[in-house]
Amino acid sequence: MIRVRDVTHRYDKQVVLDEVGLTLPVGQLTSIVGANGAGKSTLLSVISRLIRPEQGTVFIDDLDVGTAGADAISKRLAVLRQDNRITARLSVIDLVRFGRFPYSKGRLTPEDHVVVEEALDYLDLQLFRDRYLDQLSGGQRQRAYIAMILAQDTDYILLDEPLNNLDMKHASSMMTLLRRAADELGKTIVLVLHDINFASCFSDHIVAMRDGKVVVQGTPAEIMQRETLREVFDMDIHVQDLHGMRLGIFWTTGAPVGPGPVVAAPADASGAELGTVSRA
Amino acid sequence: MTTTTTRPVPAPSRGGVRAVHLWVATGVLLVGSYLSLGIGAASSVGVADLFPPTADEWHILATSRIPRLAAVLLAGASLSVAGLIMQRITANRFVSPSTSGTVEAAVLGILIATMLFSSTSLVVKMLIAIVTAIAGTIVFLQMLQRIQHREGIVVALVGLMYGGVLAAITTFVAYQRDMVQYLDIWTTGSFSGILEGRYEPLYIVLVVGVIGYLFADRFTVIGMGESFATNLGLNYQRILYIGLIVVSVMAAVVVVVVGAIPFLGLIVPNVVTLLLGDNVKKVLPLTALAGAGFVLACDVVGRTAIHPYELPVATIAGGIGGVVFIWLILRSAKGASV
Ligand SMILES: Nc1ncnc2c1ncn2[C@@H]1O[C@H](COP(=O)(O)OP(=O)(O)OP(=O)(O)O)[C@@H](O)[C@H]1O
Ligand SMILES: [Mg+2]
Repeated sequence: MIRVRDVTHRYDKQVVLDEVGLTLPVGQLTSIVGANGAGKSTLLSVISRLIRPEQGTVFIDDLDVGTAGADAISKRLAVLRQDNRITARLSVIDLVRFGRFPYSKGRLTPEDHVVVEEALDYLDLQLFRDRYLDQLSGGQRQRAYIAMILAQDTDYILLDEPLNNLDMKHASSMMTLLRRAADELGKTIVLVLHDINFASCFSDHIVAMRDGKVVVQGTPAEIMQRETLREVFDMDIHVQDLHGMRLGIFWTTGAPVGPGPVVAAPADASGAELGTVSRA
Repeated sequence: MTTTTTRPVPAPSRGGVRAVHLWVATGVLLVGSYLSLGIGAASSVGVADLFPPTADEWHILATSRIPRLAAVLLAGASLSVAGLIMQRITANRFVSPSTSGTVEAAVLGILIATMLFSSTSLVVKMLIAIVTAIAGTIVFLQMLQRIQHREGIVVALVGLMYGGVLAAITTFVAYQRDMVQYLDIWTTGSFSGILEGRYEPLYIVLVVGVIGYLFADRFTVIGMGESFATNLGLNYQRILYIGLIVVSVMAAVVVVVVGAIPFLGLIVPNVVTLLLGDNVKKVLPLTALAGAGFVLACDVVGRTAIHPYELPVATIAGGIGGVVFIWLILRSAKGASV
């Protein structure tokens, strides 16, 4: 269980986290959503002891993140930040092997190698295993980082915008993979996501942040409401139910509502307001 | 026809360090080392006399040529490894003992030691030089952490200028104490003064080198950045400082015994890692061999080019090193991934 108690953090004078309290149960997939600058990354960094907050405490089970050594936490929690830039020319396989560092300290056992190979398989990286990181595309590199995190094989996995740079296929298989890790292996997974529909379809729990505060949290069904989303994102998002998936239609603000063919090309472009969609 | 979905076979591993690299490098170095024993001021002992040497010839070998060879190999290996470690822990290709004030701080330390104690032993000089080298490198690291774009050439410029400032202070003090003539000895590395009994403390670098090797993976990890290091359970600052001490000790010991060899710690690790990647544990042994080989070659050239006179190794290494350094800068300025 992750318990965040009364965490406040400031940059200069700006309050970035404002007395945040949060409890995340074990074995669930939680998504944190919110606008740019809402404080999601800061919260994730505080939970994973990458940032020491001005005030407040974080517990991972019985471990106080503020006082436990980096080493103890590294076997229980793995974290990947939003922007990663490794300047070293490391190969993918070397990077993923470093995921085993908390256990092996550099001397890999046969089991370590098995875990590494699995991580490479999961993220579809076997073809690139001997490439240097700087010879990969952005999405391939993102997958390599996540493979390293998976190789760390921790109970808690925290990923800040893991779908960054991923194509649709890899984004959806990434979410499926994380969902399975929660269901089958009992991992506790916390993600920062911008795509509310991925959050809606794959999470057990959604935490919505705004201006350094948790404004609302709950199940996808509870969060995926037009009113709630307006409160969080300042945007009119129509929510539709499709075979039990609650999907927010956010590409164009404020509708379309109702089924059927919805788009009709405006006969007179000058008369039509840009971005409006006529209803059938 | 059946369609089978087979997983694409991963391409066989290209690149990276393989055992054959190490064997070849070791072999070349051994042969080169042995042949180099045939070169020296006493022309009575030539290459032909090495198979096998007589008792008299052996005396020359044991008191002069073998110590010199050992010093060449140790200095070359340790400065190169120091550069390798430094570049990784700072995540910057342009950082090395001679481009970050480490060497200049060590020279200042030797000057202070010579001033404080009239008859200074090598060991005392060495201890004081180690302390000043560590202090000087810490100051550089503090500056580095204030620079926004840490991977760029700016860092090299700052380091060179900082080293310049330290060198200026050293010269100023030396002028006041009428000791300028010594400065040349410390700042211009040369093996001509290496004799049995006057170089043995250099073996310290072997011990420090082993420590460096044991920490190699940790250095690679902190080179991935503070977040990755913390995530993998390392105390970033602690490993950074361990690396810094390893590097400073190596550099200071070489400066005390041999003198400064400019750019060595910059160019050797750069060439090795450009070819074989930045995994410290994998490239460290080869970097040591390459550094030793490079300095051996420079020393042999220095001794034969204007025989019977001798060019200091620093002059030759500095000339070649400067050219390679400029090439590296131009390369990165063109936008090659540094
Ligand atoms: N190192 C820093 N120095 C100063 N201010 C910062 C720093 N890092 C973040 N901030 C500020 O803190 C606030 C929260 O940042 P944070 O990175 O947590 O947002 P976020 O919710 O992750 O946003 P995004 O969706 O864009 O990633 C922002 O207003 C940001 O400008
Ligand atoms: Mg963020």
